[in-house]
Amino acid sequence: MASVDSGGDGGGKKGPGVKKAKKLSTRVDMTPMVDLGFLLITFFIFTTTMSQPTAMNLFMPKDVDKPEDQNKVKESGAFTIMLGKQDVVYYYEGMDPAAPGNFRTATFKTIRDEIIRKKQSTNPEDLVMIIKPTEDATYKNTVDILDEMTINEIKRYAMVDISPGEYQLIKITEAAAGIK
Amino acid sequence: MPSVKIKKHAPENDMTPFVDVAFLILSFFMLATKFKPEEPVEVTTPNSVSSQALPEKDAFMVSIDKDGRVFVSMDNPQSRQLLIENLNTTRNLGLTTAEIKNFINAPSVGVPFSQLKSLLSLDPELESTKNALKQQPGIPCADTTGGELNFWIRDALSAYSGKKLNLLIKSDNSTKYPAFKNVLNAFKQNDQNKFLLVTSPEDAPPGTALFETRQKQILSGK
Repeated sequence: MASVDSGGDGGGKKGPGVKKAKKLSTRVDMTPMVDLGFLLITFFIFTTTMSQPTAMNLFMPKDVDKPEDQNKVKESGAFTIMLGKQDVVYYYEGMDPAAPGNFRTATFKTIRDEIIRKKQSTNPEDLVMIIKPTEDATYKNTVDILDEMTINEIKRYAMVDISPGEYQLIKITEAAAGIK
Repeated sequence: MPSVKIKKHAPENDMTPFVDVAFLILSFFMLATKFKPEEPVEVTTPNSVSSQALPEKDAFMVSIDKDGRVFVSMDNPQSRQLLIENLNTTRNLGLTTAEIKNFINAPSVGVPFSQLKSLLSLDPELESTKNALKQQPGIPCADTTGGELNFWIRDALSAYSGKKLNLLIKSDNSTKYPAFKNVLNAFKQNDQNKFLLVTSPEDAPPGTALFETRQKQILSGK
């Protein structure tokens, strides 16, 4: 190991006339330095943004007036998700929300299982998810449900406005469940 | 009586390791830090599994805060200048050179056109201006034609004509959906249908299809 000759005790005796140099202490009071160090740490901790924001793609469909230009959705492949108050999700399969037992309630935790079930039971070419946020839904709900589409790799989905009939159904369900 | 003498130690203790750790942490934070730009609106973005980085250049950002107030901002000073000069002519704002300069340096702007001149005439150095920027009422966009936001978007697009402009929408977790829809509507008026939503990163939940795909990508070394 390399070592530096410090000229200390190992140096042997010096001549009688040579004065021994007074050894100064090498200790430095580090308290101010530590103070400053921690001050800077606190400053950087508060100003830092650790996670960089990410971007999520959103493609909205163009408005088409002619019915023949509109995309046709097969009844067997349609799955409509509606976002209501208080983070509650409503969904139905096919075209008729009023069919008995078709209109159901879920939460953001349970909707994933329903999406997976629908995805597995449907021909991939027919599967279309339709997202309809109501005016009571928050932006977070909207992003969360769009995220579910990415998470479950649903290729075809669209975000459209809710129809008055569906909104009415949600209102009734909400009133029955006591959601304000 | 024999007394036990307690040997007095010097009250100093060796702080070297302490300092070592402190400066290690300090250097970590100095390198990892990226300063938050000061924004007049506070927006907490929701999480998404998207791993796409947010484009920093050529961005036109519409921010919506939790009360539904709408703000616009643009990253590039040159385009900001073009945008405000366009608006100045098309909307007859009558802005002075100094006010245009204030706009170029301003963070997000969210006032109706009728108040834009008085907002930009404020001295940006003053503390009261910062408060005024915080209390902006938001750009009106609630009607079917997208309101004044429509004009902001149109002139931003023409200021960027020929180049690709990234349309960013940054909105708060608790923003109500209608506010977001109004903004989308204003974009739709200008035939813009591709957006980037600003979100915070999140991992794909284990066991889902996306999780499996990403695992495969990692294993195949992509």
